[in-house]
Amino acid sequence: MAKRIDVSGLTAYYGSHKAIEDISMTVEPRSVTAFIGPSGCGKSTFLRTLNRMHEVTSGGRVEGKVLLDDEDLYAAGIDPVSVRREVGMVFQRPNPFPTMSIFDNVAAGLRLNGSYKKSELADVVEKSLKGANLWNEVKDRLNKPGSGLSGGQQQRLCIARAIAVEPKVLLMDEPCSALDPISTLAIEDLIGELKERFTIVIVTHNMQQAARVSDRTAFFNLSAVGQPGKLIEIDDTERIFSNPSVQATEDYISGRFG
Amino acid sequence: MDISTHNPDTDDTPPPIAPPAADAEQKRAARGATRPGDRIFLALSRGSGIFLLVIMAAIAVFLTYRAYLAISEDDANFLTTFEWNTSLVPPKFGIAVLAFGTVVSSIIAMVIAVPIAVAIALFITHYAPRRMSGPVAYVIDLLAAVPSIVYGLWGALVLVPHMDGLFGWLNHYLGWTGVFSWDDGAPRSMLTVGILLAVMILPVITNVSREVFRQVPQMHEEAALALGATRWEVIRMSVLPFGRSGVISASMLGLGRALGETMAVATVLSPDFDIHASLLNPGGGTFAQNIASKFNEATEFGRDALIASGLVLFVITLLVNGAARMIIARRSEYSGANA
Repeated sequence: MAKRIDVSGLTAYYGSHKAIEDISMTVEPRSVTAFIGPSGCGKSTFLRTLNRMHEVTSGGRVEGKVLLDDEDLYAAGIDPVSVRREVGMVFQRPNPFPTMSIFDNVAAGLRLNGSYKKSELADVVEKSLKGANLWNEVKDRLNKPGSGLSGGQQQRLCIARAIAVEPKVLLMDEPCSALDPISTLAIEDLIGELKERFTIVIVTHNMQQAARVSDRTAFFNLSAVGQPGKLIEIDDTERIFSNPSVQATEDYISGRFG
Repeated sequence: MDISTHNPDTDDTPPPIAPPAADAEQKRAARGATRPGDRIFLALSRGSGIFLLVIMAAIAVFLTYRAYLAISEDDANFLTTFEWNTSLVPPKFGIAVLAFGTVVSSIIAMVIAVPIAVAIALFITHYAPRRMSGPVAYVIDLLAAVPSIVYGLWGALVLVPHMDGLFGWLNHYLGWTGVFSWDDGAPRSMLTVGILLAVMILPVITNVSREVFRQVPQMHEEAALALGATRWEVIRMSVLPFGRSGVISASMLGLGRALGETMAVATVLSPDFDIHASLLNPGGGTFAQNIASKFNEATEFGRDALIASGLVLFVITLLVNGAARMIIARRSEYSGANA
């Protein structure tokens, strides 16, 4: 089941550099929340703190709380590996495992979680590929390598791989920025379907995309290069794009931004 | 930029294709016939390539011709005979013992060295704290720079006197297999040679594997991490598959060195011309060791016979490399390089 994300007072560092400062927000279950903002404002960093991927980078460290329903992801004794099994992620560049077949790519997460019968695996793989709107395109070549697919298909394969393990939350880090417009449209349609089952957070540089796919939009900004990024405001997407409450947001989305 | 006119796909469109005129110009430049610098560089690189082929051909012709002189006089079967008497009339010699010893000692070396080398490379690239990985890598580099005669001396003076414990243990528990039986002779045997060769080829396999593991794209490791993989699972799902062909290439480099190693084997092994089932009892020989130990006192004909054995080593090396290429090519569809 999809879960609510509740972030309070989150600050993230790369070594001694403070990348984002004091971010608090709530993300409702079964909704799409878009993060927008200029490059370097920390929106991707913030996204990566939500599944504890930030600390994989050397020197990466986090202060503050991230609650998934009522469980603090950063509480002592929480294993980051089990966090990532609950909070799935799709990356900017499609990254299917190049040495695995399409089938094995989708099954990879399940195999990590334990042993499955072959028929069970096949069922989940089919369901996940259907869920990612990819089944009809690949059902005849499940044993071919995933790297042979087009960029858009690879990205949907990565989505299938992420949803196969039934995460509570799905994080997407600019999932369409390496794709052509038609593939982008396919992913956006898919996001609309996936939000029935998952809590989705998407980082995008494309403001029309944010307007099209999201229910809520968060605008991030930084006061100067080298300064930590901050959450400026988060509100219903319609409101952010029509009548934002902060002047900087309006400047950014209307293109008047420095 | 106003949101109403903002093109949502600006980020996604590829750079515009160069106009045809520029394309034609690029082609002219690529042919390299226009500028003197290009002409000189083309001549140099083409000349180097041809030079390499000429040298290879010259070696092959030399080996084949001298080998033919020897083998045509051989009174015994060159491939299956267990003796090396080039001064008999008529001469009797064969490479069976040498081929066996060369292959066995190299296999032992590979079995020991490859897993350790891969483990060290993984440790340096994925486990060691940065403060430690640098020095460890440096020490491995140093190992690669030690001359083989020094390894030979170390093998003869340190390794051989310290093998008794291991040999006794193997004989006690595994002696019944025959492969590990030991008659309490000096441990100047194939196993000792294999262990020494393993130490010698460890650095090259480690260094090449380390470079390959370091080049695993971060996005592949993150793909595994984001699925909830532990560090070992990341290595199993992303790093090892990506590095597979590189590790095979690295192993082939090491195998090439093990097959051709001369001084270290000659210093440690106590040779004879027989095939022994036991790896622990002294005896046997390798191509390179046999050539080195017999060459100085050989007659003209004896040298031709040794060169004939060198030709066989050359062929074995070529076959091994060819086999490795086939292994890599067979799964190239799934290669990490397609990423």
